[in-house]
Amino acid sequence: MDIHEYQAKEILSRFGVAVPQGGLAYSPEQAAYRARDIGGSKWIVKAQIHSGGRGKAGGVKLCSSEHQVEEEADELFGKRLITHQTGPQGKTVYRVYVEGAVAIKREIYLGLVLDRKSERVMVVASSAGGMEIEEIAQREPNSIIRSVVEPAVGMPAFQAREIAFGLGLEPALTQQAVNTILGCYKAFEELDATMVEINPLVVTEDNRLIALDAKMTFDDNALFRLPHIAELRDKSQEDPRETRANDRGLSYVGLDGSIGCIVNGAGLAMATMDMIKAAGGEPANFLDIGGGATPERVAKAFRLVTSDQNVRAILVNIFAGINRCDWVAEGIVMALQKSPINMPVVVRLAGTHVEEGRKILARSGLPIIRAGTLAEAASRAVAAWRNDSLTKVAS
Amino acid sequence: MTILLDRSTRVLVLGITGKIGSFHTAEMIAYGTNIVGGVTPGKGGTMVHNVPVFDTIKEAVEKTQASAAIVFVPPPFAADSIMEAADAGLKLCVAITDGIPAKDMIRVKRYMRRYARENRMQLVGPNCAGIISPGKSLLGIMPGHIYLPGHIGVVGRSGTLGYEAAAQMKDLGIGISTSVGIGGDPINGSSFRDILELFENDPDTHAVMMIGEIGGPQEAEAAAYIREHMTKPVAAYVAGLSAPKGRRMGHAGAIIQAFGESASEKVELLRDAGVAISPSPSEIGRTMETLLKAA
Repeated sequence: MDIHEYQAKEILSRFGVAVPQGGLAYSPEQAAYRARDIGGSKWIVKAQIHSGGRGKAGGVKLCSSEHQVEEEADELFGKRLITHQTGPQGKTVYRVYVEGAVAIKREIYLGLVLDRKSERVMVVASSAGGMEIEEIAQREPNSIIRSVVEPAVGMPAFQAREIAFGLGLEPALTQQAVNTILGCYKAFEELDATMVEINPLVVTEDNRLIALDAKMTFDDNALFRLPHIAELRDKSQEDPRETRANDRGLSYVGLDGSIGCIVNGAGLAMATMDMIKAAGGEPANFLDIGGGATPERVAKAFRLVTSDQNVRAILVNIFAGINRCDWVAEGIVMALQKSPINMPVVVRLAGTHVEEGRKILARSGLPIIRAGTLAEAASRAVAAWRNDSLTKVAS
Repeated sequence: MTILLDRSTRVLVLGITGKIGSFHTAEMIAYGTNIVGGVTPGKGGTMVHNVPVFDTIKEAVEKTQASAAIVFVPPPFAADSIMEAADAGLKLCVAITDGIPAKDMIRVKRYMRRYARENRMQLVGPNCAGIISPGKSLLGIMPGHIYLPGHIGVVGRSGTLGYEAAAQMKDLGIGISTSVGIGGDPINGSSFRDILELFENDPDTHAVMMIGEIGGPQEAEAAAYIREHMTKPVAAYVAGLSAPKGRRMGHAGAIIQAFGESASEKVELLRDAGVAISPSPSEIGRTMETLLKAA
């Protein structure tokens, strides 16, 4: 689960990380009020969306009057920002964060992430922070500091000190850097984060070390024990289809194609998408309804997939393991009889009680296109989608 | 011979009194697995499917001489059960539970290192379908009837995609020695490499089918192992060639990502290691058939 910058800063400041003075606003008037409250003569107005790259997308504005703060905030509210991390549909701004501007001497990168290779938390740092960090990591991989934390004892101070000195910070800032790194690690550890990032971490003209931006992502599997983190979820930043799916216990990722997929198991769902693509079609979604695939789940999945306006054909691929094909077939028939679907539906059933399942589909009289194998299912779904779009163009 | 378990392996079911644990206990007994006990704290002294239930794993091991366990304990408590299993001296633990926090798995893996390598429990999973040695024993949740006994070792992350592979091979008359699901979680007990090593040393396994997925470094490690150590032929399919690039916040993940984490890079590394690549998920069985004919 992702959270907003202002939420991450609030959390990290509790762990000893220094952040600029700032305030959240839900309206332009509130933004101006926040600016006055903060004081000074320069402010930054920052769109709060779940994405990096906001600056390039026009979501970060430097202002030199309260009036300008109000105007820029007004401009941002309701705006759809498209960054390299949001996808083409972008994310809408409903909250802005106003901060006092700081004079920057130097920008540093600091990130903590779950490293799958060492199976531990890894600190990643670079003396060159800012927006081009990924390019720097590509070009000069050796300029990046990587430091893995031993989970039994956590991070000792010396390890943070080594990173601080590795960043070439002047001695007067070392202790601040150590506090920042240790604070980030403690927050990561205590709150089941999977990513903490400060980019940039800046040295100000008056020699303070401040987190100018902050991002945190949390382990969805751990939210059961972190109710205060779970309540930071902002559904306005999620793909509404994914939100609906999550709320129903389904795993869904919306894509741009036109063949909707309903599959049990994540690996088989990916394989089904590969197969559609190989057959010349484009999948509209990834959808894993779980290993069990009960009739209720199948019915929910149909509603979810058909709510996508781009879907022109549906491919159901269920490999019944502990489940039974006849139950799944009944679920499909039930779902289609209750809310008929005006597009071709291809169903491939395999595994336990497959013959009974096929008979139920055949007996139902529904216009279901049946397939025996994965390859057949994909090619029939693509053919059905092509025919369907041809008829629509002709009429 | 099979890897990891055989007909005589004495098995405990952790979380046996739950709905899922109890259901699969019956399935495994029906398949011939030697289930000797179950563990649910506070339910000691009761019986489930004629199997005695104990309060602690140590007590269960003492009374039943079990050497393996399968975990159906719910996610908040599953990591604790796995550590308890390691501490009780079990040799093998298969964790079916889906949804264990990553931090808990980091702790589990660190905890297991307290034991010398030769006494260390082998953990398979979590979030996996388990292990099946067709016709012999089942320590998992897969449907037994889609597996034909034979000499191909199968290892993969996904459950249902593993069923797909088994069914395709069965249709072509190709049987399986053991099939192992290593699970879909970022931090897991046994890697592809660990299981490949067992297959390489198992006289009953003549070739291996490996089913990889997008993400993580374990297929790249497997490719290096195959290139340097494997004498048996290996075929592979990697799912996710058409998956879109993940939409994640921040740069940290991208910075530490090494070559070999995308599906196409995994295919490239495996092919370079001499692995026969199945071009699509519907060709898994035929790819193995061709490989066997050539061998």
